[in-house]
Amino acid sequence: MTVVIDRTKPPEGDPAPKGPRSAAARARGKGDAGGGLYKPRTPIYPKLVQGRWRNIKWILLVLTLAVYYVTPWIRWDRPGDLPDQAVLVDFAGRRFYFFFIQLWPQEVYFITGLLVIAALALFLTSALFGRLWCGYACPQTVWTDLYIYIERMFEGDRNARMKLDASPWSINKAWRKSGKHATWLAVAFGTGGAWIFYFHDAPSLLRDFWVGQAPMTAYVSCAILTFTTYALAGAMREQVCIYMCPWPRIQGAMLDQHSLQVTYLSDRGEPRAPHKKGASWEGRGDCIDCNACVVVCPMGIDIRNGSQLECINCGLCVDACDEIMVKVGRPKGLIAYDTDAAVAARSCGEKPVYKLIRPRTLYYAGALALVGGLTLWGLATRSPLDVHVLRDRNPTFVRMQDGDVRNSYTLKIANRTFEPVTAQVAFSGVAGAQIKTPGADVTQGPVALSVEPNQVRAVRVFVTASPEALPQTNMPATFTVQAAGATQAVTTTFLSGAANAR
Amino acid sequence: MSKRETDEVTGVETTGHEWDGIKELDNPLPRWWLWVFWACVAYAIVYWILMPAWPGINGYTKGVMGHSDRAQVARELETLREVRGEGAARLTNATLQEIEADPDLQQYALAVGQSVFGDNCATCHGVGGAGAKGYPNLLDDIWLWDGTLDGIHQTLQVGIRSGAEGARFSQMPAFGRDQLLTSAQINDLTELVMVLSRREADQEAVGRARPIYAEQCASCHGAAGLGDHTQGAPNLTDAEWLYGASREEIRTQIWSGRNGVMPAWAGRFDDETLKALAVYVHANAGGR
Repeated sequence: MTVVIDRTKPPEGDPAPKGPRSAAARARGKGDAGGGLYKPRTPIYPKLVQGRWRNIKWILLVLTLAVYYVTPWIRWDRPGDLPDQAVLVDFAGRRFYFFFIQLWPQEVYFITGLLVIAALALFLTSALFGRLWCGYACPQTVWTDLYIYIERMFEGDRNARMKLDASPWSINKAWRKSGKHATWLAVAFGTGGAWIFYFHDAPSLLRDFWVGQAPMTAYVSCAILTFTTYALAGAMREQVCIYMCPWPRIQGAMLDQHSLQVTYLSDRGEPRAPHKKGASWEGRGDCIDCNACVVVCPMGIDIRNGSQLECINCGLCVDACDEIMVKVGRPKGLIAYDTDAAVAARSCGEKPVYKLIRPRTLYYAGALALVGGLTLWGLATRSPLDVHVLRDRNPTFVRMQDGDVRNSYTLKIANRTFEPVTAQVAFSGVAGAQIKTPGADVTQGPVALSVEPNQVRAVRVFVTASPEALPQTNMPATFTVQAAGATQAVTTTFLSGAANAR
Repeated sequence: MSKRETDEVTGVETTGHEWDGIKELDNPLPRWWLWVFWACVAYAIVYWILMPAWPGINGYTKGVMGHSDRAQVARELETLREVRGEGAARLTNATLQEIEADPDLQQYALAVGQSVFGDNCATCHGVGGAGAKGYPNLLDDIWLWDGTLDGIHQTLQVGIRSGAEGARFSQMPAFGRDQLLTSAQINDLTELVMVLSRREADQEAVGRARPIYAEQCASCHGAAGLGDHTQGAPNLTDAEWLYGASREEIRTQIWSGRNGVMPAWAGRFDDETLKALAVYVHANAGGR
């Protein structure tokens, strides 16, 4: 929201002393004994609301939490000693398992692709529908919602909570507060505890965890996440969104006047005033200034001030206002998912236009389709076999007793399947070249190399050729590796610098 | 010019600075932020007490946890030795031929061998084993001494002219420097060696050199010049020699007879390391 400092107008109604006031003076004025320049958090007591958006939020809360807690427990049968966990980030084994997909560290570009897709999807939804992520799916929102639900279980709704906080300490207050914090801590521990299952085999880690046999990283991660969950969802809540999260700042670049956002339809609501039952609605707006939208807001803002940085677009004020509108007999939707452009159009008496297709949405959608397509294409055409050829550079070649020239190569053959494979390694490009691996016999045909499942095997391969077969000092050559139904040809060179010198 | 003023909308004072008409509100920091700051300070103090932290004149504060990176490395090396114990035992209990025949064990030996070679042998023989002038190339199939698996193992243990007991020993005389032959005779011999390695030479000089060769050289290098692995005498027919194959280099070697030294490694490496090294060198060499 744009703040215009306008000193041409006299200050409105504020009886505060004229002239600048320092932050310290304001803090003192509020009786802040800490005397600091530092602003204590103003507690927010969101009121429970019922309605369409609240229901969607409950459903998404259950779904997202279920995904989080259940995922590590899904089993997925893999052969041999390989982990049977569907989703597993195996740091020790340096593999990432996701159902039928299995990624190696050198394929980290798939993760990059996924992150770019996620960012672009976030950009696109923000440009179209505002901060849906913040309001419905962000873990900060989901866990805060869960924590407020627990808070309500122990301390009651908004008014009861405010009363309880203002009241002196009593047995009643003590057990309500301690019950709430204990439950919060349990949930926080469950959150941190579930996180570590993504990195180890869940059933065995669960057992090891309780008998003190789990890795130290598991205990530390669990402790850190327990603490952050408890602190961020219990104590800090909206402060995380306002002060810590960079996204509210970035979204300014995604949104425009055609983005759907939770909007107070000022064209319809103003001028606002309290309304007596049976009084006329002529010459006034539909807003009855009941503050229902303000008391339900988890961010503690007044949506009627327009779109603002704090708003997470959760739509709870929409539900609250609709409830009131039904009661006073006016149409729903005084606060609704709407666009700034539509509000402006209606206040000029024009018909609002909703434009979903705009240059920025097209760019985001195009970029999303491109990156998504590339990532999918990469995954679909991913070879179960990966071959790298490193030729020896020191020395580039060796001359043998009978005048033959030998080149050495290190072949790295990655078997990305879960079965042992036998790779057939053939060398072409030099007539009559003989190929040999350490300790094996010389052969002209392909060499068979067994590669363990899910492993890389590095093998030195020696290729020997007679000088007659080497018309050039630098012969283009190819290693062809066949395994697991895939074939990879890797080009290299056969060097024989001095082979012809003699 | 800084001029503090109050923003009408929020009632908050500005910082007094202005950038292209943009002014900044002087809002207070949130209280939790301050807590985080003090928590960091507290953490730093606890860290100073627990861990090595402050430098002093004669050292540094050690910290009550007794942490030491050196001790940590020592512990990790100890663990490493334990982990390697199993593989080492397998190497110890197998013969060289068994190691080479078992793909698994061979892989292990090659890995150990490569690492040990890089640390100890590469100084002279080069990282890839290609050698240099005076240091043999270990990648070809040309060996001065026994190039079989057992022969390489033996050379590794006792060395060459190392002074160790049972060391491989032979001596190329310095025919010129020690005045065993005249300068002219050495010139003739040089021509003969050129012919042996299938190159152009002065046939008259070769004829003069033949009786000298039979008398002075054939006992080690053989009548046909094929060399002798039991004496470390190079094959004179292949022109792949330690000290070069040009006419001048051949003459220099006959004149001053250089004899290289390789250390004995038996006392420095344990049994399994020597075996692994032998397998590694043999595997990379071109046959035998």
